[in-house]
Amino acid sequence: MADPVKVDKVLDAKGLLCPMPVIKARKAIKEIALGQVLEVQATDKGAMKDFEAWSRQTGNELLDSSEAGGVYTFHIRKAKE
Amino acid sequence: MSKANGVKRIALVASKGTMDMAYPPLILASTALSMDWEGAIFFTFYGLDIIKKAKLEHLKVPSLANPAMPLPVPNIIGALPGMTAMATMMMKSWIKKANVATVPELVNVCREGGVHLYGCQMTMDLMGVTKEELIDGVEVCGAASFLEYAAEADVSMFV
Repeated sequence: MADPVKVDKVLDAKGLLCPMPVIKARKAIKEIALGQVLEVQATDKGAMKDFEAWSRQTGNELLDSSEAGGVYTFHIRKAKE
Repeated sequence: MSKANGVKRIALVASKGTMDMAYPPLILASTALSMDWEGAIFFTFYGLDIIKKAKLEHLKVPSLANPAMPLPVPNIIGALPGMTAMATMMMKSWIKKANVATVPELVNVCREGGVHLYGCQMTMDLMGVTKEELIDGVEVCGAASFLEYAAEADVSMFV
């Protein structure tokens, strides 16, 4: 198993629906430094596809995504100022 | 207005003044913002209500001619007095229950994030609306100005 990702900031977006998780993610990623990792937790069922697209569009790196008990967790490395 | 290199742009038209129809342009513009795109919404005809101080918090959901309402209302019932208020109240309760952002909240996200909110000058003249009646931060312009912005857009949509 791969080493767990070192998380620098956690965004709890559980309970929020589109478009709020990505809007809050944008704000949160602005608050970390280049190379640091943001963990996003969301329950929006569209989040899995949305965070893949959001990461591509913003130029940040989606390290991994997972689902457990209806909660989606994303690790995103800030790759762009 | 010229676009910065490598930045994507969305140009939206909001032409309807009901609460349900206010959502799509506001959601798309705020999501675009979250992806570091730039964007503008041109509020024209009834869509101008979305950026009116007196209307923004009080947009309504029509009870007539909307067979897609989760609780279908026959038109003959939907035409009764008070039915628009009831449809609006129901929609507001669903929005609250599902924890969906409200229209005023989304307008604020767009405004604070730098989405251009363009008020249609012609609509204002037609309907006797002054700039003072519009929320702060609105830029008033005509179709030519909006088209100049939209000409460089990667995505443009009419709602």
